[in-house]
Amino acid sequence: MTNQNTLWQSLGRLYPHVRPIIPRLVLGLLCALGASVMALAIPQVLRVLINDALAEGGSARTVWVASGVVLLLGVLEATFVALRRQFVITPATTVETKMRTSFYRHLQNLTVEFHDRWGSGQLLSRAMSDLNLMRRWMAFGLIMLVVTSLTVVMGVTIMFFTSWALALIFVAAAVPLIIYGYRFRTSYSRVSRKSQDQAGDLATTVEESVHGIRVLKAFGRSREALEDFEEQAEELRRTEIHKARSLANFSMIVTLLPELALGASLVVGVTLAASGDVSIGALVAFFATAAAVAGPVEFIGPLLAMTFTAKTAIDRHYEVMEAENTITDAAAPVHLDAPRGDVVFGDVHFRYPDAQADADDVLDGIDLRLRAGETMALVGVTGCGKSTLLQLVPRLYDVTGGAITIDGVDLRSFSLEDLRSLVAVAFEDTTLFSTSVRDNVLMGSDATGAEADRLLEEALDVAQAHFAFELPEGLDTLIGEEGLSLSGGQRQRIALARAIAAQPTVLVLDDPLSALDVATEERVEVGLRSMLTSTTTLIVAHRPSTVALADCVALMQDGRIADVGTHSELLARNDHYRYVIASLDDEEIAQLGRAVQPALDDEGALA
Amino acid sequence: MSRTTTAAGDTPEDRKPGGSTSAGVLNEDDVLLDRAQSKSVRSRSFRLLGSLIRPNRRQFAWTVLLVVVSQAARVAGPAIIAFGIDRALPALIAGNPLLLWVAGGTYLLAAVLASVLTAGYLRATAQLSQAMLLDLRVRVFRHTQRLSLEFHEKYTSGRIISRQTSDLEALRELLDSGVSSLASGAVFMLFTAATIFALDWRTGFLILAAAVPMFLLARWYQKHSQIAYRESRVVSAKLIVHFIETMTGIRAVKAFRRETVNARRYDELAEDYRTVTVRSINLNGVFQPGLVLIGNVTVAVVLVFGGFRVLGGTLEVGALLALLLYSKRFFQPVDQMAMFYNSFQSASAALEKVSGLLEEVPTVRPPKNPVPLPHPRGAIAFHDVQFRYGTGPVVLPTLDLSIQAGQTIALVGQTGAGKSTLAKLIARFYDVSEGRLTLDGVDLRELAPTDLRRAVVMVTQEAFLFSGSVADNIALGKPDAGRDEIMAAARAVGAEQFILELPEGFDTDVNKRGGRVSAGQRQLISFARAFLADPAVLILDEATSSLDIPSERLVQEGLQKLLGNRTALIIAHRLSTVAIADRVLVVHDGRVVEDGTPAQLIGGTGRFATLHAAWKDSLV
Repeated sequence: MTNQNTLWQSLGRLYPHVRPIIPRLVLGLLCALGASVMALAIPQVLRVLINDALAEGGSARTVWVASGVVLLLGVLEATFVALRRQFVITPATTVETKMRTSFYRHLQNLTVEFHDRWGSGQLLSRAMSDLNLMRRWMAFGLIMLVVTSLTVVMGVTIMFFTSWALALIFVAAAVPLIIYGYRFRTSYSRVSRKSQDQAGDLATTVEESVHGIRVLKAFGRSREALEDFEEQAEELRRTEIHKARSLANFSMIVTLLPELALGASLVVGVTLAASGDVSIGALVAFFATAAAVAGPVEFIGPLLAMTFTAKTAIDRHYEVMEAENTITDAAAPVHLDAPRGDVVFGDVHFRYPDAQADADDVLDGIDLRLRAGETMALVGVTGCGKSTLLQLVPRLYDVTGGAITIDGVDLRSFSLEDLRSLVAVAFEDTTLFSTSVRDNVLMGSDATGAEADRLLEEALDVAQAHFAFELPEGLDTLIGEEGLSLSGGQRQRIALARAIAAQPTVLVLDDPLSALDVATEERVEVGLRSMLTSTTTLIVAHRPSTVALADCVALMQDGRIADVGTHSELLARNDHYRYVIASLDDEEIAQLGRAVQPALDDEGALA
Repeated sequence: MSRTTTAAGDTPEDRKPGGSTSAGVLNEDDVLLDRAQSKSVRSRSFRLLGSLIRPNRRQFAWTVLLVVVSQAARVAGPAIIAFGIDRALPALIAGNPLLLWVAGGTYLLAAVLASVLTAGYLRATAQLSQAMLLDLRVRVFRHTQRLSLEFHEKYTSGRIISRQTSDLEALRELLDSGVSSLASGAVFMLFTAATIFALDWRTGFLILAAAVPMFLLARWYQKHSQIAYRESRVVSAKLIVHFIETMTGIRAVKAFRRETVNARRYDELAEDYRTVTVRSINLNGVFQPGLVLIGNVTVAVVLVFGGFRVLGGTLEVGALLALLLYSKRFFQPVDQMAMFYNSFQSASAALEKVSGLLEEVPTVRPPKNPVPLPHPRGAIAFHDVQFRYGTGPVVLPTLDLSIQAGQTIALVGQTGAGKSTLAKLIARFYDVSEGRLTLDGVDLRELAPTDLRRAVVMVTQEAFLFSGSVADNIALGKPDAGRDEIMAAARAVGAEQFILELPEGFDTDVNKRGGRVSAGQRQLISFARAFLADPAVLILDEATSSLDIPSERLVQEGLQKLLGNRTALIIAHRLSTVAIADRVLVVHDGRVVEDGTPAQLIGGTGRFATLHAAWKDSLV
C-alpha cells in the first residue's frame, strides 16, 4: 500500500504539480535566504560601524551615514520578507486549488462502488485539510527547511574555520541526532497518519449524525450518538497527544544534544585557550556563531514534523487519486444516431467486489429482452437483486459477466455521456439537488427556451407534481438540501418528472410511486402510460397497481429471471409470482386463476 | 460571490422569544457587518473562547509557566559562556580549574533544563489545545443534536460539517502555536525592554514610541483581516456544502450527468476560496514585514539619537553598541507575534460561526420541570390544536381529537393532506402553535425527552442506516439489547431471513448509506428497530411503502402481535394496513373529515369508501 512510500517518493509525486512554479519557489527561497542573511548581518554591521567609525572620533556625517546604512539593511530585510511571500503564496495556492479541483473531478468519476466504501467526511478531510497542509508545507515548510539547513551548514563551516577541534565536538552531536531523527520519522509518520484518518472518520460520523437526525430524534438516541462521537473524538485527542509527545521528545533531543556539545566545547575551548592553542578572539567568535546556529537547529524539529505531516497528507491524497476508475468511456465509443431502445440482458452476472468467495453472484445469469418501446415490470421479493439490476443499466456498476446491450451495442461501447443520455432513472432514494425545481427537473435534458418550458410543464403534469407551481417562488423555488424541504411523496414526484423530462430512450424506474397515495398514483399512471409508448421502460414493481403500467412482467428469483409473461399469465401459472404480488386472499387468487385459465384454453381451442 | 447573501433561517424573533438580540446563524453568510453586528459576533466569539479556556485555566497557566521558565533557561546559555570566557579562563590560566567546571556544569544543567522544559511545554500545549478542542467538538455535536428538525431542514449537513471540521481546524492552529509563541515572545520582549530601560531610559522611551506605529498597523490589519477571514469561513463552508452534497448524492450525479456542471461550480467555489485565502495571507504579508520594518527603522533612529549623544559626550560608545544590539533583539519576536495575531484573527472568525450555531435555540425545548411518566399507557389527545411551520400559513386548523390507549389508528388521506404533520406533532418533532397535545393527560411539552422517546417512537419512510452492522442498526431501538432480543425483533417483523442470508448475517456492515441493502430491506431493519424499542405509542409514517407484498404480509403479522396493547398511528397509502385498524381517520386539508371503524366507513359513501374502492381495484 501507499503507506510504504518513502518520504522522497511521496514528496516526489508532487513534482508534476510543482514544476511550473519552481522558478517562483527558487526566488522565494533566495528571498528567504536574503532575509535571514540580513537579520544575521545587521548586528555585525552595527558592531563594525560603532566600534570602528564612531569610536574613532566621528562627525555628525558619520552618524547619518551609519544610520543610513542600518536603515537600508533594515528596509532590505523587510523587503525580502515581503517578497518571499509575494513570490510563493499565489503560486502555491494555485497548485493547491488545481489539486483540489482535480481531486473533486476524479471523485465524481470514480465508481459508485468506491463511494459505497468511502465516507464523505473522510473524502472531505482529504480535499480540505490535507491539501491545506500540503500548501503550507510547500510555501513555508519546504523553503524554511532549505534555508534552515543552509544556515546550519554555513554556520558549522564557519565554526570549522574558527576552530576545527571545537566544531568536531559540535558535529559529533549530530550523529545520534540523525539516528534518532530516523526513528522519529517512522513513529511520527505513523501517528500523524492515524490522526488524519481519525479526523476524517470523525467528520463522517458528524455527517451521518446530521443526515440521520430524524431517526436519532425519533428514537431519542441523541445521547448514544453523542457518546459514540465523544469516544471517537477522545480517541482522536489521544492520538494527537501521542503525536505531540513524539514531537516533544524529538524537540528535546534536538535542543539537548547541540547544547550538550556546546557545554563540552566550553570546557574544552577554555582549556585550549588557557594552553594557548586557541585564541580568545576565536573562542568568542566560535560561540557567537554557535548561538546563531542554535535557533535554526531547534527549528528543524517542527519543520521535520511539518514535512512528515505533509507526506501523510500527500499519501492520503494520492490514495484516492490513484484509485482506479473501472467504469470508463470506451476507447472508440459507438454513437447511435437514431436509438430505438431494444434492451437485451445476456447472461448477466454481477457480484460486489468485496463479496465473499463462496457467496453466489447477486445476479446469476440474467437473460431478458425488452423490445423497443416496451414497458416491462420487474417483480421479485425484497433483496432479490432487482435494484442491483437496474443500476447496471446506466452503468453505475458494471456487469461482472455477460453483457447488456441497447440496440445490439454493448453498454460499455458507448461513451458514458451518451449512455446516460439514452438512459434516465428514478430511484427510490430520491436525491434532489440544491437548485430550483426547474433545474432539478430539467437536469437530464438538453432542451432550451420554450421547448424546455413545455417539457418542464409536461413532466410535472405527468408526475402529478402540480404542487411545484404553488411553492413560494413557483418553479424557481430552491429545493434540495439547501432549500425548501419537501415531503417524501413530493420528492418522488419531482424525481419522476426529472426522469421523464430527460426524454430517454430507456427509462429505468425503481418503485417510483411508492410514496404516493392511490388516487395520485392512478393519475400518474394514466399520464405515464401515454408517455411510455415510445420509451423502453424497466420498472421495479411491488404492487399490482404498478404492474398494471407494464406490457409484460419479468419475475426475478434468486438472481435469475424465473418467468416472463403478462400479469394475468404469471398470476395463473406461477406460484412464486402469486406469492410475491398478490395480496388478495388465496381464495380470490384461486378464483382469478380459474377466471384466466378458461380464456387461455379458449384461445388454444381456437388455434 | 455574493458578500451579502441572506442566510437561510427565520427571523430571530421567531427563535428567540424574550427579545434577545442574538442572531444565531442568521447572518452567517454576511461578510460585511455593520459595527454593532460585528461587535456582537466578535464578542460572542470571544465569550466562547473564554468559556473554553476557563475549565482549563490551570493547564493554561501551567503551559505559560513552562514556556517562561524554558525561555529563561535558554537565555542563560550565552551568559554562562560569557562567564566562562571572562572569568573561568583567567582563573584557569592562574591555575584554578574550579570556575571552569562550575561554568561547564551550569551550562549542562541549563541545557538539560531548557530541553526538558521545551518538551514539557510542547506536551502541555497539546494537552491544553486538545482538551479545548474536544470540549468544543462535543459541545457542537450535542447542540446540533438538540436543535429541532426545523433548524436542520434549513441549515444543511455540509454547514454543520464545516463548523465541525475546518472551523475547528482554525482554532486548533491558534491553540497549537499561539500560546507558546505569545508567551515566549512577550516574556522575551519584556526582559529586553527592562534591560534597555536599565541601561538608558531615553532609548527605552524611543523603543516604546515604536509601539504607536505598530499599534496603528495592527489596527489596520485587524480591521481588514477580520473581514477576509470571515469571508474565508463563509466561502469554505460553501465549498464543503457543495462537496458533501455531491458525494452523498453520487448516484444521481452520475445518472443525470451532473459531473460537468458540478465540476464547474466546484471550480468557481475553489477559486473563490483561493482568492480569499490569498487575500488573508497577503494582508499578513503586509503586516509582518511592516512590523519588521518598524523595528528596523527604530534601530536606525536609536542609532541617530545615540550617535549624536556619543558625539556630544553624554553616552559611551560601548553603551550605544549594547543599546543598539538590544533594540535589534527586542524586535526579534515580532515575527512570532504577527503569526499569533494572524491565527488569532482566523480563529476568531471561525469561532464567530461556531458560536452562532451554538447560540441557536431549539424551537422544541425540553421542559425545565418535567412531569415524570414512568408507565405510559398511550392515550393521546389534541385540544384545540393549531399548527403552522414558523410563521407560515396554518397547516392544521383547530383540531380536537382523542385517541384512547391501545387503539390502532389508520390515518388516511391524499398526499399533502397533513397526515405526516399530525404524526410529527405526536412525536414532538415540532411543537403545536396553539392548543395542547397530551400523552396520558400530560402536555408533551412537559415531558422529559427520555420519557417522551421511550413512550413514542416514529418510523418514517426514509429508513436511514448508520454505518456499522445490521445488529448495531437494530440496536438503535434499545442500546442495551442483547443479541437474542435483536434477533427476536428481526424475526417478529419478518426481517430475520434476509438478514441471515447476508454475507455475515447480523454482523454484516451495511456500508455507507446502506448501499448494499435494498430500500425495502432498510425499511425492515428500521421496523425491527421500532419493534425493539417497544414504545407505548408507535407511529408508522409510510414505513412499509417500499416493502414487497410478502414482506408487508410478514410485517403485518408482526404488527398485529406488536400492536396488541399499544397505541398505534399508521399512515399508509396502501390500505391493506387499514384492515387491522380499530379506527380510521380521514384527513383532508389538515382537518379530520371522517372518523370511524373501517367497516363503518367502507360501508358509507364518504372519501374513505371511494379510496378503498380505488385501492381494491389497484390490487388486481
